[in-house]
Amino acid sequence: MIPELGHLALMLALCLAAAQAWFGIVGGQRGDAVWMSVIRPVATLQALFVLSAFVALAYSFLVSDFSVQYVAENSNVLLPWPYKITAVWGAHEGSLLLWVSVLGIWTLAVTWLSRHLPQEFAARVLGVLGLISLGFYLFMLTTSDPFTRLLPAAEQGRDLNPILQDPAMAIHPPMLYTGYVGFSVAFAFAVAALLGGRMDAVWARWSRPWTLTAWLFLTFGITLGSWWSYYVLGWGGWWFWDPVENASFMPWLVGTALVHSLAVTEKRGAFKNWTVLLAIATFSLSLLGTFLVRSGVLISVHSFASDPKRGIFILAMIGVFVGAALTLYAWRAPTLARGGGFQPFSRETLLLLNNIFLVVAAASVLLGTLYPLFMDAFGLGQLSVGPPYFNAVFIPVMAPFFILIGIGPYVRWKHGDPKTTARTLRIAAVVALLAGILSLTFIHAAGFLGLAAGVLLAIWTGASAFIEPLTRLRQRMQGRNVSFARATLGMCVAHFGAALLVLGITVTSVLGVEQDVVMRPGDSITVAGYDFHFDGVHGVQGPNYTATQGVFQVSKDGAPIATLRPEKREFASVGNETTEAAIEPGLFRDLYLALGNSLDKGAWSLRVQYKPLVRFIWLGGIFMMLGGLLAASDKRYRRSREAEGTDPATVEQV
Amino acid sequence: MNIRNSMPFIIPGLVLLFLIGLFARGLFLDPTKVQSPLIGKTVPTFSLPGLYDPTKKLDQNLLTGQVSLFNVWGAWCVACQDEHPVLVAFAKTKLLPIYGLDYHDDRQAALAMLDKGGDPYTAIFDDASGDVAIDWGVYGAPETFLVDKHGVIRDKLIGPVTQGILDTQLIPEIRKLQAEAP
Repeated sequence: MIPELGHLALMLALCLAAAQAWFGIVGGQRGDAVWMSVIRPVATLQALFVLSAFVALAYSFLVSDFSVQYVAENSNVLLPWPYKITAVWGAHEGSLLLWVSVLGIWTLAVTWLSRHLPQEFAARVLGVLGLISLGFYLFMLTTSDPFTRLLPAAEQGRDLNPILQDPAMAIHPPMLYTGYVGFSVAFAFAVAALLGGRMDAVWARWSRPWTLTAWLFLTFGITLGSWWSYYVLGWGGWWFWDPVENASFMPWLVGTALVHSLAVTEKRGAFKNWTVLLAIATFSLSLLGTFLVRSGVLISVHSFASDPKRGIFILAMIGVFVGAALTLYAWRAPTLARGGGFQPFSRETLLLLNNIFLVVAAASVLLGTLYPLFMDAFGLGQLSVGPPYFNAVFIPVMAPFFILIGIGPYVRWKHGDPKTTARTLRIAAVVALLAGILSLTFIHAAGFLGLAAGVLLAIWTGASAFIEPLTRLRQRMQGRNVSFARATLGMCVAHFGAALLVLGITVTSVLGVEQDVVMRPGDSITVAGYDFHFDGVHGVQGPNYTATQGVFQVSKDGAPIATLRPEKREFASVGNETTEAAIEPGLFRDLYLALGNSLDKGAWSLRVQYKPLVRFIWLGGIFMMLGGLLAASDKRYRRSREAEGTDPATVEQV
Repeated sequence: MNIRNSMPFIIPGLVLLFLIGLFARGLFLDPTKVQSPLIGKTVPTFSLPGLYDPTKKLDQNLLTGQVSLFNVWGAWCVACQDEHPVLVAFAKTKLLPIYGLDYHDDRQAALAMLDKGGDPYTAIFDDASGDVAIDWGVYGAPETFLVDKHGVIRDKLIGPVTQGILDTQLIPEIRKLQAEAP
């Protein structure tokens, strides 16, 4: 009964989404007050129906209703209950339901928080969101219904893919989707502005907090995904440049460009065309990410069940949504007035460079991701593009970008003064140079020049992020009443996060140690100054798996540090094995131990790793997210309607 | 509005059209058709215990003399279980011998599966460590190799063999190979 109700709720949500799109877009264009007055109740109801469909599926998982095919394929009676809930998005149909549910939550947020916007504009935004929901409901109900019954019901479920039975994996997809889907709000704002022909500083100010919120969730989602692959996949890698990761990284790069470009449009009324295009591009890349992950075009040969029907549908949806938006863009953009002019040395120029670097970086990732498909599509053979390509292309683009991050915030809008900027930044430059020179002492390490360059850039970016807050603090201590906008603080925190990220990546890549060894119980080895003693292995029984657990004593200079227990888990229900690496975490270094295969006479192959500063990578992600949170909560975005419509030139300067 | 001025703004739309065309093309390419570099090469040299009688060693010489199929499977593999009844029915036609490579498997589980579902194989190699599968370039189970009279690999299928694949692809190929000079 409950699954049928869920199915019904989805169908009702589909009808309401159609009404939402119609009343919103057509009502907004006609300026029909009655039509526009129903948009909020319709949108609210639509969101509530899709959320109840989600609850219905979650309930079917909790009670292990194996008469629902999707539940039977992705759950098991023995699965611990928190994973029964996360199993809802463990495969295709449920992740789509998660996608539309997250869109429902965003829609609710927009209905509540858009009352200060002009009625036509809010109606158009909600109308575009309704259109996107409609597309996804059609997709689900025609190709991927999660509520399909299985008759006769299965006695036992096949269980959730074991590598997904993990706390980080449980919250990674919702965070990532909140980010992906959030960019559909930025897209809706852009399309609404194109429809109304009004694209100005005010539009940018309305759009900014939504875009920042989407961006911070995407940042968090990617960070979680990286952390997850680090400790679950068992290789100690934190980024693999595989198509699925790239699918989330491309919208992040373009979304970062969008966050910066919106600042220019808001403050100076410039880059309007470009900002709108970025908003469309970010959403397109989010859809593309869904397509790449869901269609199987790029996925390895192991996706036996990939169904071209689904791919065609998502592709058609991208074509319709993005095609319509770009047509609208081609029609409206030439008529837009140019914004304020600026000198070659100004914050506008630096942000333009920022955008160019980020877009080039995204394009290079896109090219690397699609190149194999491109070759195959034109019959030029099959190949795969791996990390060497991405590292070779990505690092040279990012290095100058990080020099700019340090400078940008200290250049004035419109007309900068190189001397003032240089005076402000000289301490940061000296500190960065010293750090770079100091790191040359690791001359014995292969890649020590890269290390020095990475450290220099990281310290430069990090130090410059402190200058602004410190200056304000000093002025306040002198008794001056200076304002310090949260948006500015958020920027400094996010830039500091970027610095931590670069430092972590550089140090762990250059100074990390990785050894594949064979050990027998009683053996000891030393890696990077740490002694690992192998006590032996024994069996462990988990709720839905059996495991072989190795026990290792780790010490340094005779002082015990930790006992590490890496496991190999075997999941009987799916006949799958996972490697649970054991990690001794530390802020400044991780010790990482993964159990390989059992060899003759009690010997085991092992991978032992010493990873200095690896945590800085995720810490950097968290700082960037916090920066986004601070910026999105700036009080400037919560002004009432009376304050709207101010001329950009009089808006408070950050 | 003049056409010349609006030209640059059409470019994003053109890029989109190009990408969509590319993806549409990609969707109709079969991801399972990854060509194996082993096609055209003689089967790898190996020796493994038989699944039924581990004391008896079997080797690659079984695969010469007549056209045969070499099927990589395991009781743990869901797709192999789907494939199993198709192979059992096909084996009854006695068109050619099917050799099995029981890959990364528990011997008892494999024997139980054959006991329950029937045994389509002329002989089964027990590759518990998966080492021989690596020499064959196996990505995952099931995979099926078509081997000619001289022990040369002529084709490789990734994923379960279905009745459709048998009728439209494999059986015609097998008949062609069987008609070749010994």
